[in-house]
Amino acid sequence: MTDLPTTPPEDDATPAAAATATAAPSKSAYRQMEESITMAPLAQQAMENVHDELLTLNFGPHHPATHGVLRLLVSLDGEIVRDLKPVIGYVHTGIEKTAEQKQYWKAIPVIERMDYVSYFFNAYAFCGATETLLECEVPKRAQYLRVIHLELNRIMSHLVWLGTSALDLGAMSVWWYCFRERETLLDLFEMSTGQRMHTRYFQVGGVIEDIPRGFETKVRQFLKAQREGVKTYGDLLNRNEIALQRLRNVGIVDEQRLLDLGVTGPLLRATGNPWDLRKAMPYCSYEDFDFKIPVGTLGDNYDRYACRLAEIKESCDIVEQALDALPEGPHITDDRKIALPPRHELATSMEALIHHFKLVTEGMRVPAGEVYFPIESPRGEMGVFIRSDGSSKPARVHMRDPSFVNLQATADMCRDSLIADMIATLAMMDPILGGVDR
Amino acid sequence: MPDAAALAVLSQDLLATGGVLATRHEHGKARLDVEPAAVVDTLAALKAQGFRSLMSVHGLDYYPEEPRLGVQYELLDMTARDRITVATRVTIADPHVPSVTPAWPTAEHQEREIFDMFGVIFDGHPDLRRILMPDDYEGHPQRRDFPIGGEPVLFTHNEKDVPGWIE
Repeated sequence: MTDLPTTPPEDDATPAAAATATAAPSKSAYRQMEESITMAPLAQQAMENVHDELLTLNFGPHHPATHGVLRLLVSLDGEIVRDLKPVIGYVHTGIEKTAEQKQYWKAIPVIERMDYVSYFFNAYAFCGATETLLECEVPKRAQYLRVIHLELNRIMSHLVWLGTSALDLGAMSVWWYCFRERETLLDLFEMSTGQRMHTRYFQVGGVIEDIPRGFETKVRQFLKAQREGVKTYGDLLNRNEIALQRLRNVGIVDEQRLLDLGVTGPLLRATGNPWDLRKAMPYCSYEDFDFKIPVGTLGDNYDRYACRLAEIKESCDIVEQALDALPEGPHITDDRKIALPPRHELATSMEALIHHFKLVTEGMRVPAGEVYFPIESPRGEMGVFIRSDGSSKPARVHMRDPSFVNLQATADMCRDSLIADMIATLAMMDPILGGVDR
Repeated sequence: MPDAAALAVLSQDLLATGGVLATRHEHGKARLDVEPAAVVDTLAALKAQGFRSLMSVHGLDYYPEEPRLGVQYELLDMTARDRITVATRVTIADPHVPSVTPAWPTAEHQEREIFDMFGVIFDGHPDLRRILMPDDYEGHPQRRDFPIGGEPVLFTHNEKDVPGWIE
């Protein structure tokens, strides 16, 4: 719109100009007629009406920059986003309904597939809620093993976020560095749990098996490489003019508005509010570890980026402390009504055989009650609500997924910014649509 | 966590206004059962006492008990690091609960989800539509008497036989 002339161009064919510049070659009649046409009245009209017209655009659901199957109904005024509304439900798979049809321990694999980059968190929230209902004591070693895997998962989740977000901003190389480290992490998960993703490692009452020999050394090697990695990502992005222009002072929403919208996690911490459930209301022995909560100041996209990057380093510290102080003892509760007996007992003990049979066929009976178990996932407060009616299947499972709630802040973050900034903001929000739609 | 005694003090004012049916304390957390009509006032009173964040809204179906449908609000006090649950129950015949979205913008998506999944109607919600299921979907799939596996899988060969799929 700006390149349309608003004033008539200087016309050197006017009589005054022609009189002074006699040396200029005379123009053809057609050329003179052409030059006498001015776009000014039309441009004037266009400029007057330009703000009346809003273009409604469907953004997604199939667009790589939406980080999943997210559809945004965007009202555009030129290139400015005036309003938007997220439309979700495209990957709704009925996980909550499915979980109601399964025994508690058989529901874990379904629930893990919800938010598919933070599977340990999904599993832990569900197991934690069940343990609260059972009033089951989890052995200290199991808690530490859980912390190790949760924090490694947090690093993995942030790496996926950083790689894909940098890709959205046009930085290809960061993606390769992030996914190199992520690959090491998935190999570590495979070593300790047997699976790269959706590991089913966390059980009600503990973890399925102890870590193998050599795992600790490999994790320490990884942590060393990861700390270097964080430096590398910082070197690539922190002073990168293109990244800074896309991130700094973009997508600012103040703390109070975010609190009203129920936004938690790095998005809230970027505004300077240090709310982190690991510190505020510790669970799973997090009170044993010494770590900091990175916070931002302004709450723009750069703060969101910087907070997550710093969180990777803090997670490395937590894993290291957990490895140093890993207590000896059982890795799962010895309550035979909750956890399977060890394999070797089945050959010698009739009682163990009966327990094994009952657990596998019928599952554990959970006392009636309702419980809400919140934890700090990489995206914010991840809570699982379980209502038990006393049978071996949950009567209601509901997940409070952080992405689902955080998505409500999209309109506030993107309003009156450019459409290109909307992509950056969406990347820095880090919604996982598998968790949103469940 | 407010213990049983603190819960009694907390709910004293609320009990005076009526609407609170019961107070409970289980698994280290306090819980208030209220009438559906008293939800907005109870949440406002708790907000004044420091519970300024609404973290989650759950829908429940207590089939076959009556009143069948339940809605629960998880409140959080970030300063005192406390949580409290406010619970209410409505019948299938009259599933109306006043919406808390005007006072707590975070409830918008969650109330839409409960409407979608259980058919609870939130009066005063600005945009009460289905959120996860398709707009033309019939029924509320999270109800306990909603059958699973009852829907035919759509393929090219059977799309003409599935009612309502194509005209």
